[in-house]
Amino acid sequence: MSKITNVLLVGVGGQGTILASKILTHAALAQSYEVKMSEIHGMAQRGGSVVTQVRMGENVYSPVIEPGEADFIVAFEQLEAYRWAHFLKKDGVLIVNTQKIVPLTVLIGAATYPESILGDLKERVGRFIELDGLKLASEAGNAKATNVVLMGVLSKYMDFPEDSWKNALVAKVPAKLLDLNMKAFASGVVVAK
Amino acid sequence: MKILMTGNEAIARGVYEYGVSVAAAYPGTPSTEILENIATYPEVYCQWSPNEKVAMEVGIGAAIAGARAIVTMKMVGVNVAADPLLTVAYTGTRAGLVLVSADDPGMHSSQNEQDNRLYAAFAKIPLLEPSNSQEAKDMVGLAMEISEAFDTPVMIRITTRIAHSQSLVELNDPLERLVKTFERNPRKYVMLPANGRARRLVVEERMHKLAEYTETVAVNNMELQDLTLGIITSGISYQYVKEALPTASILKLGLTNPLPSGLIKEFAAKVEKLYVVEELEPYIENQVRSLGINVIGKELFPPYGELSVRMVSEKISGQPGITVAPVFDSPIRPPVMCPGCPHRGVFYILKQLKLVVSGDIGCYTLGAMAPLEAMDTTICMGASISAGLGMIKAHPEMAENMVAVIGDSTFLHSGVTGLMDVVYNGGNLTTIILDNSITAMTGHQENPSTGKTLMGQPAPKVDFVALCKALGIKRITEVDPFDLETVKETIKTEVAVPEPSVIIARRPCALIIKNTEKPLQVQDCTGCKMCLKLGCPALSFDEENKTAQVDQALCTGCGVCIKVCKFNALRKAGDA
Repeated sequence: MSKITNVLLVGVGGQGTILASKILTHAALAQSYEVKMSEIHGMAQRGGSVVTQVRMGENVYSPVIEPGEADFIVAFEQLEAYRWAHFLKKDGVLIVNTQKIVPLTVLIGAATYPESILGDLKERVGRFIELDGLKLASEAGNAKATNVVLMGVLSKYMDFPEDSWKNALVAKVPAKLLDLNMKAFASGVVVAK
Repeated sequence: MKILMTGNEAIARGVYEYGVSVAAAYPGTPSTEILENIATYPEVYCQWSPNEKVAMEVGIGAAIAGARAIVTMKMVGVNVAADPLLTVAYTGTRAGLVLVSADDPGMHSSQNEQDNRLYAAFAKIPLLEPSNSQEAKDMVGLAMEISEAFDTPVMIRITTRIAHSQSLVELNDPLERLVKTFERNPRKYVMLPANGRARRLVVEERMHKLAEYTETVAVNNMELQDLTLGIITSGISYQYVKEALPTASILKLGLTNPLPSGLIKEFAAKVEKLYVVEELEPYIENQVRSLGINVIGKELFPPYGELSVRMVSEKISGQPGITVAPVFDSPIRPPVMCPGCPHRGVFYILKQLKLVVSGDIGCYTLGAMAPLEAMDTTICMGASISAGLGMIKAHPEMAENMVAVIGDSTFLHSGVTGLMDVVYNGGNLTTIILDNSITAMTGHQENPSTGKTLMGQPAPKVDFVALCKALGIKRITEVDPFDLETVKETIKTEVAVPEPSVIIARRPCALIIKNTEKPLQVQDCTGCKMCLKLGCPALSFDEENKTAQVDQALCTGCGVCIKVCKFNALRKAGDA
């Protein structure tokens, strides 16, 4: 990997994008890549849109990914995939968890949740993967492991050895939840195939 | 060993490694995690202060007494701390004193976008600007050295992208934590005018010495490559320049007050075309111009918002790139009050009563957003009460039609003096203190009403009733913010009474209590949508069945919506 790989993780506050990015960066560091990661805290914690940016390669300067520059977008929620889709490179990969979390603007009737999100994205993005990560995580034992399912999907597109991912899970997930998360990760790997 | 760290974590690590003994702060994005991380090093005493001025003074006292001290805050906090800062610049301190100002270009989480580099120039103190986490850590050490060598406080200025971005940091063993003895020296530390005048001259001498030092310090250096293009830059902008213009010659400035005039002249003479790339104010640019050097800067780059690799590349190459605009129209997802938030009901009632609301800074500022929309002003920490008093002085009749709303942490930060003014100058203002006994917005930091310190020690709690009484408030009512009926009646009564009053609405933050209530059920809903006016994320409308529905995963069973529903359609599980 001589060039820089840009991964954008987008979702809703509370969905575990931060833990996902920690697993990803841990695995990337094991490849001796330079890694930079950027996130915005603050008001976003209260159920707002959240975005975590991970950049890895030989020489990474800016911690920020620009529109049209993401090699991968991992969207933890449909509407967030829609919102950030323009950040994807032309031949980039879009991974979408089909879960819907309706924003307050829609709940109070001030806006509508677009019906055509998955269709629109499929039409625009050549390399498009959708999955019900929530269901896979529940089957693995805990709906909260959706973030780890999504990292399982992403892992198939990274040229990291399998061990790097395992080690990352061991390092970043509480020991008593490790088996469950390993299962969740494996179910994501299967989806990517 | 190298590990990934945010700039904030790296500064905390620097505090640990470079012998700092005392750290104080008031939380504020993007600075908060510095102190939270310092608290993981038990070797360093650290504390949340009620506000930034107090934190600054705690740091000053510690450093005068002989301990290395650091004080951290968001950029608007420096406005609060400016009074001690501008005078400690005269006195200097016995041990190192460092102020970290975390600026927020782009206003991700702030009410303004001030560039605090100007404060360093104003206060005549050295200024360091790290461009990644490693430099953030190293500059804590450098700042302490400069502070002690030149007997001056030093400012480290970071921005959101430094504070909240992770990059690799080499960890070192900590230095020995040495605390010097206190030495009396009133002529240096008692700033009577006569002593101040003497110190004023010292400040100028010190700036002359620093002007020499800044020419040779390692953090100011030239990276000479293609000499047709030269860029002067600092902080995060350096990273954007390196990526956008990999062959350009760069003068990278780490110590930016005072700027190295000689080095700048030397660099300018070497390159054909010279640019300054910096976010916000033309701080470096103006000083380069004042050296008589022709430079391009703010005519290309805006004095607001963040820069980016693409912007640097396009502006300097002169080739407009491809604009990548959002392709899909997506409804916004703003932050909202959480399900079970005790603030929600109060704002619902304020809207119902159509009162003018003088607001303040905290989670409850979200009461300004739809559908609650019950806030008319928010200026800065503590302004709700004092600005409310001003409104009443402009229009005395407004007293019957308005309230000031402020949280516990903000009240303790700078609301107390406003309330004192209300009593002293006879303002018939009703103040509502939303007391959840924690600094919630920034992530639940302890404050003097919490009962615990940053280091986990039990602490006395401020008694708000006794405090307000002592200020001279005679009418103080405590209410449960979930009891909407009482909240409404109390507000109606208190705004009507022609004397100052305080209503304390007390409930812990929904995010930190262990909730035992079951989610609510919907039965016999008429579809009137009244409950949706609460703006609770757990409530929505089922268009097929034309009824309200409760998200069972989100609902905390707080029951505020039960009191809003006129048809008894929202019920606790098991209730008939």
